[in-house]
Amino acid sequence: MTVVRETKLPGVGVRHEFNTSEGATVAVIVHHDGRREILAYDEDDPDAAASLLSLSVADTQTMAEILGVSQVSETVAEVRQEIDALTIEWIDLPPDSEFIGLSIGSGRLRTRTGASIVAVIRDGQPVPSPEAHFVLQVHDIVVAVGPSDGLTSLRHILAD
Amino acid sequence: MLSGQEAVLLGAGSTDTALAFLEVGAVVFGLGLLSRIASRLGVTAVPLYLIAGLAFGEGGLAKLDVSEDFVTLAAEMGVLLLLFTLGLEYNDAELRNGLRTGIPPGLVDMVLNAGIGLVIGLALGWSPLAALLLAGVTWVSSSGVISKVLADLERVGNRETAPVLNLLVIEDLAMAIYLPVVAALIVGGTLSETLASVAVALGVVGVILWMALRYGGHLSLRLGSGSNESVLLGVFGLVLLVAGAAQLFEVSGAIGAFLVGLALSGHAQERALELMSPLRDLFAATFFVFFSFQIDPADLVDVAAWAAALAVLSGLTKVATGWFAAKRRGVGPRGRLRAGTVLIARGEFSIVIAALGADLADGPQLGALAAGYVLLTAVFGPLATKFSDQISVRVTKKKPTALQPA
Repeated sequence: MTVVRETKLPGVGVRHEFNTSEGATVAVIVHHDGRREILAYDEDDPDAAASLLSLSVADTQTMAEILGVSQVSETVAEVRQEIDALTIEWIDLPPDSEFIGLSIGSGRLRTRTGASIVAVIRDGQPVPSPEAHFVLQVHDIVVAVGPSDGLTSLRHILAD
Repeated sequence: MLSGQEAVLLGAGSTDTALAFLEVGAVVFGLGLLSRIASRLGVTAVPLYLIAGLAFGEGGLAKLDVSEDFVTLAAEMGVLLLLFTLGLEYNDAELRNGLRTGIPPGLVDMVLNAGIGLVIGLALGWSPLAALLLAGVTWVSSSGVISKVLADLERVGNRETAPVLNLLVIEDLAMAIYLPVVAALIVGGTLSETLASVAVALGVVGVILWMALRYGGHLSLRLGSGSNESVLLGVFGLVLLVAGAAQLFEVSGAIGAFLVGLALSGHAQERALELMSPLRDLFAATFFVFFSFQIDPADLVDVAAWAAALAVLSGLTKVATGWFAAKRRGVGPRGRLRAGTVLIARGEFSIVIAALGADLADGPQLGALAAGYVLLTAVFGPLATKFSDQISVRVTKKKPTALQPA
């Protein structure tokens, strides 16, 4: 099992290095912006590294594919990120909300915030996919999905 | 439409305004040219800005009469933004890691490099406080110059680079204690008053640091979303607010700005760095020029020999520091020399520290010495490290082998 040594480079990223079976030392720097740099160490001066390649995130994936490395873990991480970017939130409508008695469509909420209302919980009963003319009442709980900043602004509009 | 009266009011100031525009415009345009020259030469622009300030300041070639209030405030903001973006560079994992592994080299760094400044300051017959400021000037290497040199010379992947960067982190953190303490000492008073203000200063730093770590994530979420405009205004405003609050407690505002930088993480950190860097460049350039505006070139001539001696001595102590830090990580002699020489360059922080002492009795000499010293180390430090491998080879009489990509 090859040992990969990891060193943090403050302000730059992380350097991973390992010895190949032929005895050369190879390092990969993962920069904070996602760029990867591949380096090889000099035989004569084992502390000096020459940069061989600089790869963007997309290049890294191409490279990994050509090298025949399984991309499963990378892909799983990516799917999770996509879902991570979407958040689900429950927003309680306070009695002083401006939207009490108004329909969902009248606020053009999705256009303004980027978050979609996927359900409304009324008296403990979920109303899935409410229509645009669905009128909100006191103590409704609005269930919305969207990017976190969209949800934040939706909460401001509905509950502040 | 303007009413008649308003038009008159605006019109009354127009000649002054025109003159101010011309002067500020000439200075900023000139700095633009200097920065071009610096990047053509592959050196940092800070020494050139300092020279420009000397030429157009007190006793220089031509005295500019630029609207003093504006330039003073712009220069102060330059310091805040320099420290803010420095704080942005690091995330808390890196800070913790730096603190875990970097204390011994950090102490060696302080004893050797602050020590030499303190000794020379006292040898010059300065007050202990002025000598303490000179200690700060010689202590801190320039993160700005060094990260640029490491990238230019393609040394980021080298094994000695991690200890070098860690040392810079430790120095910057040490400044979070040093700056408020000297700021309190400068305010002065009786012993008990001074002790109280030092305690207050450290307390305020502690509170801001605690809030930065506790609420940093929350703050970053709030500040990092929205349009460029709202991020820029929000972040810039927050930097000024925290710096102003810190200044009220007579803690250096710059440290407040530094801690705001530390507090921001993730998306907010990236966006703030991208949006604030142009502002930083503008205001920081103003700061460097303004600093040397106030230096009489005659003073600089007087202290030139001392500045050269200080540059040589503190160059040697930095080489020793880098050698020690790299050796601890098992780096060979050539790498140790590279680590030592790259640390020689002093820059923005040294000038910030010297500027603190402007009102001391020894302030003019301190300012002149710091300017001369930064000029020398910021120019010759990068050169020394560029040729460090050749020096190693000559010393060990070994045939040089060029680094070739395999």
